[in-house]
Amino acid sequence: MSTTSVTGSGRPGFVWAAPALAFFALFALLPMLAVVVLSFTAYDGLSAPRWTGLDNWVRLGSDPLFTESLQLSFVLTGVSWVVQTAVALPLGVWLAGRGRSRAVLAALFFVPLLMSSAAIAVLWGTLFDPNFGLASVLGPLVGIEDGNIIGSNRYAFAAVIAVIAWQYMPFHTLLYQAAARAIPAQLYEAALIDGAGRWRTFVSITVPQLRDTIITSGVLIVVGSMTTFEVVLILTGGGPGTASRILPLHMYLEGFRSFDMGYASALAVVLLVLGTTLSLVIARVTGYRRMTSQREGM
Amino acid sequence: MSTWSRVRRTVLAAALATGLAAVAACGGTAGPQAGGEAGQLTLWTLQNEGINSVQQAAVDRFNDTGGPQIDLTTYLNDPYKSALQTAIGSPNGPDVFYNWGGGNLKGYADAGQAADLTAALDARPEVKQAFLPQVLETGTIDGKVYGIPMQGVQPLSFFYNKDVFAQAGITEFPTTWQGFLDTVDRLEAAGVQPIALAGAQSWTEMMYPEYLLDRVGGSEKFQAIADGKPGAWRDPAVVQAMTMVQDLVDRGAFGTNFTAVDYDNQASQALLTSGRAAMELMGSWQVTSLNDNFPDFLEQGKLGWAPFPAVEGGAGDPSTVIGNPSNYYSVSARSADVPAATDFLLTQMTDPQYVQGMLEKGQVPALTGIEQQVASAGPFADFNTYTYDQTKNAATFVQSWDQALPAAEAQTMLTNLSKVFTKELTPQQFAEAMDSAGR
Repeated sequence: MSTTSVTGSGRPGFVWAAPALAFFALFALLPMLAVVVLSFTAYDGLSAPRWTGLDNWVRLGSDPLFTESLQLSFVLTGVSWVVQTAVALPLGVWLAGRGRSRAVLAALFFVPLLMSSAAIAVLWGTLFDPNFGLASVLGPLVGIEDGNIIGSNRYAFAAVIAVIAWQYMPFHTLLYQAAARAIPAQLYEAALIDGAGRWRTFVSITVPQLRDTIITSGVLIVVGSMTTFEVVLILTGGGPGTASRILPLHMYLEGFRSFDMGYASALAVVLLVLGTTLSLVIARVTGYRRMTSQREGM
Repeated sequence: MSTWSRVRRTVLAAALATGLAAVAACGGTAGPQAGGEAGQLTLWTLQNEGINSVQQAAVDRFNDTGGPQIDLTTYLNDPYKSALQTAIGSPNGPDVFYNWGGGNLKGYADAGQAADLTAALDARPEVKQAFLPQVLETGTIDGKVYGIPMQGVQPLSFFYNKDVFAQAGITEFPTTWQGFLDTVDRLEAAGVQPIALAGAQSWTEMMYPEYLLDRVGGSEKFQAIADGKPGAWRDPAVVQAMTMVQDLVDRGAFGTNFTAVDYDNQASQALLTSGRAAMELMGSWQVTSLNDNFPDFLEQGKLGWAPFPAVEGGAGDPSTVIGNPSNYYSVSARSADVPAATDFLLTQMTDPQYVQGMLEKGQVPALTGIEQQVASAGPFADFNTYTYDQTKNAATFVQSWDQALPAAEAQTMLTNLSKVFTKELTPQQFAEAMDSAGR
């Protein structure tokens, strides 16, 4: 048996990436470019786009709904990250272990993953119905006498965040479960011999070993939260008032209800830049870029 | 807009939005490849299982005369708006297209996409006189007819639960605002929520200020707003109407959790039919919808209906109704055969078979002199007669605000209005916010 290096002739060439790059250019880069161009126009989708220079961008500064929706999007992103990671990481590690009960629970727990966002929103909308839904029963128990949760300025946005967390937590749990199973058992055996307890093992072995997964999951949560949309649209429509109008919903309403595609394009560019910047920052701050794969390209 | 379209619109909006970048980039949505050829015309309309068959029958009758052939294509509500917006004027666009009249149609007329039908209609006075003038008005922009009424009239009325009224000792639906407020208080005292309001969607909330502004200030107040007159939103009548809305909220007329009640899942109708609420202000489609979802309620004869009360001392004519006068068919200005498309509308939309077909589906066409037919057709003859008489006798048929205003202004209005109902905005702040939103 000869030992051949993984570098050199065994590595896939550039041409292997060509199909993916072509699709990416056609369905991602080109539309992005067009959105940037459209953000400098007034366009109602009916007449031809009319060049208006920086008008849409100036309007961003004076649109109180833009500021409000941007803040809500940041809150949604931050809270989603904390809540989902805090639950998904330990749960994923626990589910990675052996045992029939864990397997059954894991199967049940992943059910939300199988449902479409629209179905989830309709389902929760029914549960949150203040007169005939679960909210009318549970509301009074927690001090919300009239069951008014998604219609209340105070609770609506929290309810939205909870539903989104319910929807995506299984996915992140799945990531952590897979990653935890890949941690070499010898590490735990060595820790056991050294007399480390469960907590110590978790903090000193499991979490550091899951580093890459924590970052990947974090980037997915950040980008996903910045662009989340359909659950909010169907569950609250951004209301009551503008209490849950996050940035992507604001963009949708401007583009498809107000037929102001130019301004909506400017909002889309903001989203694009924010999402990209945030994920790059996460990668840099955590040192993700410096990490090298042991089996590059194979 | 029908219940159906509201439901579908919510669910489909999600799918649509993901395509924002793609739609904005390409500026074109795939459509049928038929338009533009002489002898082959396309008609775009909304998907509605009930009346699509009536429309298809009209198309078949026209095609049988041997002239240009019309091909009917149906769309769901929201995809339709986007598809029409992008396809009209292109070779893939429709020759005849469905629309909502008013501000919606004005956009197409101003962009030069809708054909002026005035001369063709003037040449056939018997057809022109067949339409209810108040309804034809909404298809008329700046004195020129661009839209022909093609669907039933949809005025807004109060629908009430007769049992609940009787239990509270109320025998008649009030005809004055003071009487209405007394009724609200009595129902409240009887331990029932006076009004079911699906406030999760602000178009249901909009119905109250629509009527109140008209009753208080007269139809010219909203006309000024629709015409984009400077300062029209700041009119004292607007502020008074919004004050009356907040008075209703303060009285507990809508209960406390109306902002979480959804119309699309029939939650407000469930409140009405279960007797937990006494009444609901809604369009004439409410009867069809109740019949679909709560047939027992109708069979037991519990449903009552009544027009919006008059406001004492108000400048408005109490016979004025508000709602969707009708929906309209317009001819694309770039159609290869404008005369044939126009001919289809002028011969078929007033055809007795078309009228009969619509009536049987619970739609009352916007035509004069069809009392006999209205009173004898289908299971909803009583209600249809009420709808027809109310529309025919209306001093003015004011179009729903969200349809009459340009899309961007309508959207801002709905957002601000929802804040009036939650009392985040005072009536004065609402007027100022709408005034500064401008055009």
